Amino acid sequence: MAKTLYDKLWDEHVVRTEDDGTALLYIDRHLVHEVTSPQAFEGLRMAGRNPWRGSSILAVPDHNVPTTDRSAGIADPVSRIQVETLDKNCEEFGLTEFDMSDVRQGIVHVIGPEQGATLPGMTVVCGDSHTSTHGAFGALAFGIGTSEVEHVLATQCLLQKKSKNMLVSVDGAVNPGITAKDIVLAIIGEIGTAGGTGYAIEFGGDAIRALSMEGRMTVCNMAIEAGARAGMVAVDATTIEYVKNRPYAPQGEILDRAIEHWQTLHSDAEASFDKVVHLDAASIKPQVTWGTSPEMVIAVDADVPDPAQESDAVKADGMRKALAYMGLEAGTPINQVAVDKVFIGSCTNSRIEDLRAAAEVAKGRKVNNSVKLAMVVPGSGLVKQQAEQEGLDKVFIDAGFEWREPGCSMCLAMNADRLEAGERCASTSNRNFEGRQGQGGRTHLVSPAMAAAAAVSGHFVDVNELMSDQ
Amino acid sequence: MQAFTTHTGIVAPLDRPNVDTDAIIPKQYLKSIKRSGFGPNAFDDWRYLDEGAPDIDNATRRINPDFVLNQPPYDKSTILLARENFGCGSSREHAVWALTDFGFRAVIAPSFADIFFNNSFKNGLLPIALDASVVDKLFALVEHNSGIEFTVDLQAQTVTAGDESYAFAIDDFKKHCLLNGLDDIGLTLQHAEAIKAYEQNRQQTAPWLFPGK
Repeated sequence: MAKTLYDKLWDEHVVRTEDDGTALLYIDRHLVHEVTSPQAFEGLRMAGRNPWRGSSILAVPDHNVPTTDRSAGIADPVSRIQVETLDKNCEEFGLTEFDMSDVRQGIVHVIGPEQGATLPGMTVVCGDSHTSTHGAFGALAFGIGTSEVEHVLATQCLLQKKSKNMLVSVDGAVNPGITAKDIVLAIIGEIGTAGGTGYAIEFGGDAIRALSMEGRMTVCNMAIEAGARAGMVAVDATTIEYVKNRPYAPQGEILDRAIEHWQTLHSDAEASFDKVVHLDAASIKPQVTWGTSPEMVIAVDADVPDPAQESDAVKADGMRKALAYMGLEAGTPINQVAVDKVFIGSCTNSRIEDLRAAAEVAKGRKVNNSVKLAMVVPGSGLVKQQAEQEGLDKVFIDAGFEWREPGCSMCLAMNADRLEAGERCASTSNRNFEGRQGQGGRTHLVSPAMAAAAAVSGHFVDVNELMSDQ
Repeated sequence: MQAFTTHTGIVAPLDRPNVDTDAIIPKQYLKSIKRSGFGPNAFDDWRYLDEGAPDIDNATRRINPDFVLNQPPYDKSTILLARENFGCGSSREHAVWALTDFGFRAVIAPSFADIFFNNSFKNGLLPIALDASVVDKLFALVEHNSGIEFTVDLQAQTVTAGDESYAFAIDDFKKHCLLNGLDDIGLTLQHAEAIKAYEQNRQQTAPWLFPGK
């Protein structure tokens, strides 16, 4: 029978199935960070259990780490204890950890692929909803809660019900200047933040195939913002080229065997999906969110929508609350909205390609005087190193951006990087929820190039117009 | 885990869609390395007028009188009535811990985000999905009968509200675990031999998945 990519990944990992269809699913790679793991390790200890397969685990602190000088450690004592707890747990159980002083440290969803710890065909879990990122490799990757983290530590398995299959096909080619972030925001705008609930989404179509691995990771990263726990892209030559020669990737004869298998990781031509959504790539413009849910998104040349035009009463009420929180009037052209801060980073957009795209816009320009802070936070120590070799740090610094150390940073403001109440931010992160970047902070999600364009202009602007004005 | 059989309690209406886990428990409280004590900070940004932090005594903070859970009798509610896509966003189980620590035993909504839904079952919190039209009716019922109690019967899979009773669906396995308060790690370890056999087979057929072995 013809199978989807998701069917194939699922079937390969089922250890056993209950009568009601609940499966015991084997987990190949377990990524761990400091926020969602302490209670899981504590549970393991209390029950006198050990990790089932310690070599499947890669741990890294990312949410709490400072992005400024780290030589003095973490100033906030509560954050410090959480990071030290991860260090101690990894030491006690003999697990691999890239600690805060390791050049390989970074955001867990950046370092997994960067190290080759994420491979095609794997099941990958992490106590973090953006684990869907790793699906870009033709892997089944999804976020789990802390109880499930403990379950995987203790048993190397998870109890799961199979999701339904959805195909999101982005057909044709995007216009110049349109990035993976614009594509995925447009998808979420189309299907809504609950559109993928209960589904595993495969992203396909020419526009997805044309993306680099970095771009595919950006798209899969935000599958969860469409409600889908897992997003994925079929394996092709782009995938295999990216994976080869990475530290944790197989080599030699085993690599040859692996590649032979990886080449089967795509949906069969006759496979059927429970739901199929088509988007016309050419119609996608640079995207900017206006509200407090990622589905509240419009093209940069559009106006903030009017709740009075919404027929669904619950939705209209949600829009009114969002406008009030965001301090916006319906009908305002989004490109007239001024920003206070700019954040380029997060597991969505902090890879080398993202930094290059932002630097191209920043080059030879200056951060607008009206912008209080524009910061660039690379996704890992190795991304930072690479960017510095390419001179991107100088481009940013010359333009007036701050160049920081790697971590999650202002995506969720668990460290010192945050918005103050009322401040408006152009952010390359993934969530514009109320208070996400700091209580009362107002987040607009955009691509790295659009964030850089907002930084130099002081307000949202179509990056293509800005670049053609040279 | 606390077992769930039947529960009767006051229903609090939280009338907004897409309530995300950042709203249920803001990031600054995720720095805790414990599972308990999150209740006073459930819905923190909506519940208080000033900003909280782990080292601030909540008793000294300014309460938002307009927020439903600050208004009697809802401050004693144990069933939360919510709108679609409840619990979306971050995988933080702290959101569930905050709800249970506040005193909630069940959440009724038209739909739930997948990760939140799973996390709930691990902590004895029952998420009940009912048709949007039924949820509309329940909101109207609560609005006209402040302090009304609903009864949830997990064995029978029903919610009784006023004169009506509504059936809800649940997986047999989840129901069994919740009714008996079972620790699913213990259950899974009963299949340790099957896991080992799977693993040994995969080491032969897909050795690249076992680096460092």
